Amino acid sequence: MLRIKNLDAGYGKLKVLRRISMHVSPGEIVTIIGANGAGKTTLLHAISGLLKNRSGEILFDKREIGSLPPEKIVFLGCSLVPEGRQVFAAMTVLENLLLGSYVQQKQNRDYKVQDQLQKMYELFPRLKERRQQLAGTLSGGEQQMLAIARALMAKPKLIMMDEPSMGLAPLIVKDIFSIVGRLREEGNTVLLIEQNAKAALGIADRGYVLETGRIILEENADELLLNRDVQRAYLGRDLDSETKM
Amino acid sequence: MYWEPEKECMDRDELRQLQLEQLQATLSRVYMNVPFYRKKFDTLGIDPDDFRSLEDLSKLPFTVKNDLRDSYPYGLFAVPLRDVVRIHASSGTTGMSTVVGYTRNDIKTWSNLVARVLTAAGVTKDDVVQIAFGYSLFTGGFGLHYGAERIGASVIPISSGNTARQIKIMQDFKTTALVCTPSYALLIAETIREMGIDINSLSLKYGLFGAEPWSEKMRQEIQEKLRITATDNYGLSEVMGPGVAGECLERNGLHINEDHFLAEIIDPETLGPVAPGEVGELVITTLTKEAFPVIRFRTRDLTRFIPEPCPCGRKTLRMSRVMGRTDDMLIIKGVNVFPSQIEGVLFAIEGTEPHYQIIIDRKGPLDDVTVQVEVSESIFFDEMRKQNELIKLIKSRLASELGIGVEVKLVEKKTLERSEGKAKRVVDLRKIL
Repeated sequence: MLRIKNLDAGYGKLKVLRRISMHVSPGEIVTIIGANGAGKTTLLHAISGLLKNRSGEILFDKREIGSLPPEKIVFLGCSLVPEGRQVFAAMTVLENLLLGSYVQQKQNRDYKVQDQLQKMYELFPRLKERRQQLAGTLSGGEQQMLAIARALMAKPKLIMMDEPSMGLAPLIVKDIFSIVGRLREEGNTVLLIEQNAKAALGIADRGYVLETGRIILEENADELLLNRDVQRAYLGRDLDSETKM
Repeated sequence: MYWEPEKECMDRDELRQLQLEQLQATLSRVYMNVPFYRKKFDTLGIDPDDFRSLEDLSKLPFTVKNDLRDSYPYGLFAVPLRDVVRIHASSGTTGMSTVVGYTRNDIKTWSNLVARVLTAAGVTKDDVVQIAFGYSLFTGGFGLHYGAERIGASVIPISSGNTARQIKIMQDFKTTALVCTPSYALLIAETIREMGIDINSLSLKYGLFGAEPWSEKMRQEIQEKLRITATDNYGLSEVMGPGVAGECLERNGLHINEDHFLAEIIDPETLGPVAPGEVGELVITTLTKEAFPVIRFRTRDLTRFIPEPCPCGRKTLRMSRVMGRTDDMLIIKGVNVFPSQIEGVLFAIEGTEPHYQIIIDRKGPLDDVTVQVEVSESIFFDEMRKQNELIKLIKSRLASELGIGVEVKLVEKKTLERSEGKAKRVVDLRKIL
């Protein structure tokens, strides 16, 4: 689905990512974990074309997308759920969702907006209830659901999520992650970036650990959960005090 | 039967992507965590960030056994000791020479890879597996044990030695798969015959043999004498232990677990790559090891790649059975001689038994080699002339294979010392002047 080889990216003279190689296979949930500033968001922006300063090979569906502008990449079926939701606050929930359907309406004659809307309402009953409400009046968790649903309206082949749990209450975080897990069951492919490594590894198949712009580990998610470096750095476990106990 | 079909039959192109990802991650990790590699890379002006393709591997320095010795005991570990759950060591001639460690994930990976090798060799959860490798610092016993448990087989951790007891347990516990060195398998076979046990009364079906080089002829012997399907498997503690590669039931080369080990074959003299399919020294880089990653480790084992696809359906590259070790190479009268060459000649001659010993001494300033080989009893009852003919035949075949003349001595069966572990084939009595 997605295959990256030797991606370098940065801002101006500042190099953020160094020879990143990674892949996402169809039907997988892959997560990238790493500390603040490790380059996680930069990576998603480089893939989705928002960041121009990049070099290397980015293949999406066997097609080189490294030089394409963001809208072309979305049209190919690679959607980003941006960090901090970024829903259109002054528009209704329904209008936000319809915006997401634009890509499909434009290129797919068989696409039925209503069917896709119904699917979203099934997945997120809350959004159905509030479909006429302004997005800006939704809670943080609801906005996140709306952002995900908006991306799904485009029926993407790959959905990339940037920190979907950020700023949400623990209970809501649980909801969001169970939705991400459901996306896989329905055959979606997900690239998930998270600071909440525990939750992300709990639903992912595989993970990459990003540290100062480099990938230092690629393992199955259950193995990463067992990795002591990961436990120390990203799962907040104080192993030294545990051994003394 | 595959253990992890999605990995063992992975598309080559996908595999290469995965190898690149893991190699880059490994390089970043060793550079960060292992001072030995950081220093070495810095001295040579190598920046791990410049590593962009698998072909760049040839620019990296080798790691040799001495590097491991110099770092004794924990110098090359890439994780703190508190993250290590197992320690193994390989004994060299100078005592404990190399120490290796495993994290919890490493043990998990190891078990899985040995499970692949066992499955490829025919073993399933319904088998009773007798592990007659030493359970010790040596990786053979524990490696096979964890792999066999992983597939759900019934494991008998008998360890090596006490052959009569091995056979009793084989009978009573209805062992279906035997794991040991090939030379020990032969000793067990002989002992079974001596004890007058009917081989057909045993339940043995499969044998997985490794930890020393053995020949195709020896496989035939073992298969006939024990009535089993015998497969070869390969590993070394510096890299992980057993589970690096293993034969499938085609018995024509060992499948390398390439999603965890990157293998190269080099010319041990020039250190450059050999032509595809040529014999050379196997060099391994680990791709997933956490506690003890190694970069371009020179195994000293001689083998060649078999590039043709295997009918079993696995897409992993195969290597031929190990033909010997570069450091087993004997220099006799200035000529390079491998014990495996001598073994090949002996085993091809009717009337010889698969037990031999090469004794090297010095007569005055000259090397003097005697090959002692056991022969079937009937020859000793025969007239002298037949014995002489056999000696003449062996001598001439050895001379044409090795290019040097050697003495040959026929000995009665069971004269040569038997080993419960790795067989001792060479006795070098030469004193360095």
